Amino acid sequence: MKRVFPILAVLTAALLSYALYEALVAAPTEQTMGDVQRIFYYHVPSAWTAFILFFVNFFASIAYLVWRANKADIVALVTAEVGVIFCTVVLVTGPIWARPVWGIWWTWDLRLTLTLVLWLIYVSYLVLRRFSSSGQTPLLAAVLAVFGALDVPLVYFSIWFFRTQHPQPVVGGGGSIDPRMLHVLLINWLAFSCFAALVCWSRYRLEVIKREVDETLALEALLEPRSAQTKTSRYGSGG
Amino acid sequence: MSTVASLTRATLAKDLRLEWRSKDAINSMLFFSLLVVVIFSFSFDPTAEESRQIAGGLVWVAFLFAAVVALNQTWAREIRNQVLDAYRVSPAPPNALFLAKALGNFIFVTVLQALMTPLFIVFYNLRALGPAYQLPIVAALGTWALVVNGTFFAAMSLRTRSREIMLPLLLFPISIPALLAMVEATGAILTGEFSAKFWIVLLAAYDLVFTIASLFLFGFVLQAE
Repeated sequence: MKRVFPILAVLTAALLSYALYEALVAAPTEQTMGDVQRIFYYHVPSAWTAFILFFVNFFASIAYLVWRANKADIVALVTAEVGVIFCTVVLVTGPIWARPVWGIWWTWDLRLTLTLVLWLIYVSYLVLRRFSSSGQTPLLAAVLAVFGALDVPLVYFSIWFFRTQHPQPVVGGGGSIDPRMLHVLLINWLAFSCFAALVCWSRYRLEVIKREVDETLALEALLEPRSAQTKTSRYGSGG
Repeated sequence: MSTVASLTRATLAKDLRLEWRSKDAINSMLFFSLLVVVIFSFSFDPTAEESRQIAGGLVWVAFLFAAVVALNQTWAREIRNQVLDAYRVSPAPPNALFLAKALGNFIFVTVLQALMTPLFIVFYNLRALGPAYQLPIVAALGTWALVVNGTFFAAMSLRTRSREIMLPLLLFPISIPALLAMVEATGAILTGEFSAKFWIVLLAAYDLVFTIASLFLFGFVLQAE
């Protein structure tokens, strides 16, 4: 296991650099939009990666509710954190592209609003995890994740009614895309997914170690009541 | 089933009696939404035509903030005397407690709306140009959408630090589609420019989905310590 991580890290770095070259240099320049279109190679792969991470979060939360497995909870925590980061990239790159092309930074269009609402829901999920004071954080977080997932179709239909201004999906949506551009897009997506998996993995290991340390400290405090008392007095009685 | 119904009735009756004698929730909500109405009214100073366009948003923002005031007090009373702990060890079904609390909040917010609506009409010169009979339907569905999730998240935020601020942070993002539906439906009815049917159906779907979800998951939240 310990060998795999550095190998994967090196591979991801190579893939990311290749994808960067492809997106900035090798991909053909779009006719009407010009170079600003190249942000598409970061915007769309980030969005796909974020949505996949939120999907994994939902299934991990369900798994936690059913089996109460700690691993499922850690997976849910990690995917939510990394998903929020990628979702933030989507929300930042979107307006940068929209300003020169649409002439506006932001519009209440279907995909934009859906992404923003997802981001808001998952930020509130992370806030809940941070503020929760009891040992039942995983349970409450899993319940909230289920509520958030139920909310997504409702958000979709409510905004769908507002009619959409976003360019129709160019991949698989009947729109046409240069095969060279699609190739670059998919390479970028692969690189971003590898990167996300790598970050999730190291964050997962960090969380496992953190929980082990917390458990050991709690156990030590139980075994040596006197030293625990002096510790409390030294650090104050923080909860 | 009958135990759920009788337990719900008993808890609801107790909450209503307590509220009738103290009037804590309703008074604070009333004064709060009165302040919102007054502040919005003179900060926008709209004409009759403009206010028809924006009233849906104003009304529901006022009710949303006021509802949070009531929702935050929902469980406080039960915490104080360890009622929740007693409930947890009793064989009573958790859903009865949840239903009673949600219905109680629904009644409080509905009473608030009944009292505030005349004020809105006076301050904003409102007159519905569309089918006005749909307004009570929108109000009932919208209020239930707010209180069912609000009651649930209030129970969840009991286990967090600074729980008063936690409730809106959890409730508002999830409620976005419901709020959009309420605001748009109210606007549609007031201006009479388009039909509110789609939004009413969406609100009904939202209510159904989250009522079922809350009833399924409330047991988990109650048992969490």
